[in-house]
Formats: sequence, C-alpha cells, structure tokens
Amino acid sequence: MSGVRLAWLRWSARRPDARAWGLMLPGTGWLLVFFMIPLLLMLVYSFMPKGMYGGVVAGFTFEHYLRFFDPLYLKILVTTVLYAAACTVLSLLMGYPVAYVISRAGPWKNLLVFLVIVPFWTSFLVRTYAMMFLLADEGLINKVLLALHLIEAPIAMLPSTSAVMAGLVYGFLPFMVLPIYGSLEKLDPSLLEAAEVLGAKPFARFMKIVLPLSMPGVVAGSLLVFIPALGSYLTSDLLGGAKTFMIGNLVQQQFMKANNWPFGSAASFVVMAVVLAAVFGFLRQRDNSEAGGL
Amino acid sequence: MPGKLPKWLLALTASVYVFLHAPLLVLVLFSFNDSKFAVWKGFTFRWYERLAERRDILDSLWVSLEVGLASTVISTLLGTLLALGLARHRFVGRTLLESLLYVPIVTPEIVCGISLLILFVFFKMALGITTIIIAHVAFNISFVVVVVRSRLEGMDRNLEEAAMILGADEFTAFWKVTVPQLWPGILSGALLAFIMSFDDYVITSLVTGPGSSTLPIVVYSMVRGVEPSVNAISTIILVVTAVLIYASDRLTQDKPLKA
Repeated sequence: MSGVRLAWLRWSARRPDARAWGLMLPGTGWLLVFFMIPLLLMLVYSFMPKGMYGGVVAGFTFEHYLRFFDPLYLKILVTTVLYAAACTVLSLLMGYPVAYVISRAGPWKNLLVFLVIVPFWTSFLVRTYAMMFLLADEGLINKVLLALHLIEAPIAMLPSTSAVMAGLVYGFLPFMVLPIYGSLEKLDPSLLEAAEVLGAKPFARFMKIVLPLSMPGVVAGSLLVFIPALGSYLTSDLLGGAKTFMIGNLVQQQFMKANNWPFGSAASFVVMAVVLAAVFGFLRQRDNSEAGGL
Repeated sequence: MPGKLPKWLLALTASVYVFLHAPLLVLVLFSFNDSKFAVWKGFTFRWYERLAERRDILDSLWVSLEVGLASTVISTLLGTLLALGLARHRFVGRTLLESLLYVPIVTPEIVCGISLLILFVFFKMALGITTIIIAHVAFNISFVVVVVRSRLEGMDRNLEEAAMILGADEFTAFWKVTVPQLWPGILSGALLAFIMSFDDYVITSLVTGPGSSTLPIVVYSMVRGVEPSVNAISTIILVVTAVLIYASDRLTQDKPLKA
C-alpha cells in the first residue's frame, strides 16, 4: 500500500464526514461556483441601477421589479404562465392515454418506451426546426395542400399562437408520458381484478383505482412539463412572433439586444420565483395525494 | 390484466406517436430531396456533399465534439464521485447538498445561461470554448449524479466488504469490485451528458464567443432560410443522438453483474 493511500485511509477513518466531503468536494464546488454564485450575482444585479453600456452601477433599486406592473410586461408574464399551463394540460390529455397503453402493451412495452425516450433526448432545436419545416409558408403542409388544390395561397401558420403551442407540446410531451408510465407500471393488477370481481365497471375501475394510484406520476409529469415550458425560449423565438413573446424571450432580449442587464436579471428571477412556487405547490400536492392514496 | 384496450384508445395512442415522430421523419426524408423546396423531386446526397464544403460547419462540428468530450469527462467524473459520497456516507449538510443538486434540474436553461454570462463578464473571462465547457459541466453534473446513484442503489455492498475481508484494501476493492459493477451506470450517465452537451443551443448561445460556434449555433443561424443543408445537419445530429440513446438504454437495462 502506497504512502499516499495509507495517509488518506488513516485521515479519513478518523473523520467520516471529511471523507465523504473529499469525494464530493469537486462536484459540489463546481455547482457552487458555476451555478449558485451566478444565480446570486444575478439576484444582486436585479436590484442595481442600469449602467450605460450594459452592466450595472452601484446602488440599490426596486425599479426593475416594479416594471413588471407595467401592463406590457404583466401581459408577457400572464402569457407565459398561460402557455405553460395550457401546454401541461394538453400534454396530460395526450400523454396519459399513451402511458396507459404502454403499461399494458406486454411484449411491445420496451419498444414503445424507447420510442418516447428518443424524442425526449433529441435536440430541442432540431425538433423545433422540424416543426418550422412543416408549418412554414414554404413548408411541407402548405406545399401538400397547394399541390392538392385544397388552398390557393399558403396559409400563414408561422408565426402564431397555435404554432407555439404545438411546438411546446411537441417538445415536452415525452416528459409527461415517462413518469405516468412509471407509476402505472407499479400498479398492482390484483386490485383491478378484485374491483372487477366486486362488480366495478371499467370506467369506475379507472376513476377509483387507476387514476388515484397514478397521481404521483401525473404530478411529476406535470411538473416536468410546466417548468421547462415556463422558461422556454426557443419555441416562441422560432415559431412565434411579437404576440407570443414569452418571459424567456424577454430575458434574452434584455441581455443580448436591449442591454438592460438588471431588468433582464429581474425577469429571470420572476421566472425562477414562478418555477419555485410551482415546485413547492406540486410537492405539497404529491404529499397530499400520497397520504390520501391506498 | 382484465379487459382489452378499447379501439379509440389505441387510435389516440397511435396518433400521438405519429405526432412525436412524423416531423422528424419528414425532416430526415427531405434531407435527401433533390430540390431546395419542400416538394419531392428525387433522391440526392448533394446537401450532405455541400456540408463537407462548408468550412464553418466542419469547424463547428469539431468544436461540438471537443466541448462534448471535455464536458462529458469532467461532469461524469465529478458526478460519479458525488453519487458515491451521497450513497455511502452520512454527513452534516446532506439535505442541503441534495437541494443543491436539484437546482440545475429545475432552473430554466435561459436563466442558467444568462447567470453564467453575468459571472463570466463579471470576472472578465473571455467567452469561448472554455466558458462553454464550464457551462455544460454545470448543467450536466446533476444528471450524471441521478443516473449513477440509481445504479449504486441497486448494487450489493456485501461484495465490496467480502473483498476487503479477503484481504483487498479499500482502493483495490473499489477498483476491482465496485467500479466494474458501477460501470454501466457511469457509462450511461456519460452518454446522456454527451447528448445534452452536443444538443444544447440555449445555454451555449449565451456563453459562446467569436470562433467557438458549436453545431447547434450554426444550425440556428440557418433555420430561418430555405436551405436543405439544415435538414442534412439535423439528420446527422439525430443519428448521433439516437445511437447514443440506444447504447445508454442497453446499458441501463443490463442486470447488475453477478459475482
């Protein structure tokens, strides 16, 4: 045994805490320096007056947060939350049946899950571009409709609210399917058999057994869709326009174009606040539904 | 399980699968289309040939690979150590660390990218490959921890103890017993980290500098035009991603090694 090894073993045996931290220090350090400190720095920026050339100047102000009460920015905030909520509901309506079918697909299960995982990990930019390719004036849908003489001029589908909504659901739907599938997979089939024997109709079995027991998956899936939808930027950037401006676009614009860093920081923190509120809300919901479950 | 699935449910599921996959399939198909426009004119490889002539695209592919490999190695190493520490030790501040690990998972990409931009500008760091790698490691660590930890939790610690009772010191036991068992988890975490790095646009676009465009940055600059080369690059990105996901999927499905 080499000296270094021996020294480490002796030192760490005396201090179990220290040994754990020895393993974890590099990763923790990276996260602190390159995740937490930037967020704190951003929080500080959001309370400072705007500088002449982008940055900030010394001082303290609430003005950037107060700007959110301006109807223009309030509208962006409301739009963002509404889009994210609508995307979550649509994903749930489309994703739940899919998860249910997968959980009962027998030998096809692995393939069907794999087919949901692939888009889950596929480049979001490429997927959004795929949507553009279909919906653009020069895109496939218009070309097909024109060729079939169903329309005479291309339908303008880009930019539009529906295009953004389609892009959001297309982007985040897999996040809904996987957790719901996970909780349906754990469901004990004998419960359903018991209910059937006792005379419960299929609809009643679903409402009284399947749905309540899959609530943890529904809650987790909703959170996994709602959070990224709330902070999404690319979808509304590529498929939307001025009308579909979301808070992510506002942040990007303030930093890269308008050069108002503190206002951009404040906007980021507004997003973070909504995200955290959603996380706590969903977590409480999950605890309740677990306590109320079987 | 009792009962067959109703037809409408199967039809709905099938249409959701079409919704998830048709746009990408169309995209791939039209990367072989012998026309600039979305009208099928015959099969061609010319958009791929054109890619090979574009210096900026080849350069960006190189940057993407460099960033992907560097950030994957660093985040996998740090993430695996973190997962080991968390799974095997009780220590003060554990809950706090767990929450710290969740922050990158719930933080919107745009917020993560912007806050890093502020940090880099604050410390006057030149934006470029280094800052992109730092950012990618920062958002990847937590995901590696999640993957490796789930593997660790399914592992049998007795094997390691048995090795030590039989005379192996802690390091030997770790390298010869723990690491081989943990390997699929580590590799799968690494593949996912690489995919996330290779695919990322939003964060990269905020911390990139002149001369360090990754492939997604170039794709973004081209998507608003009519240029089937974008379909060709997208197809390449899709194929790389699909192969890596398949590999990662196989690894995580492997049963833990039996002694």
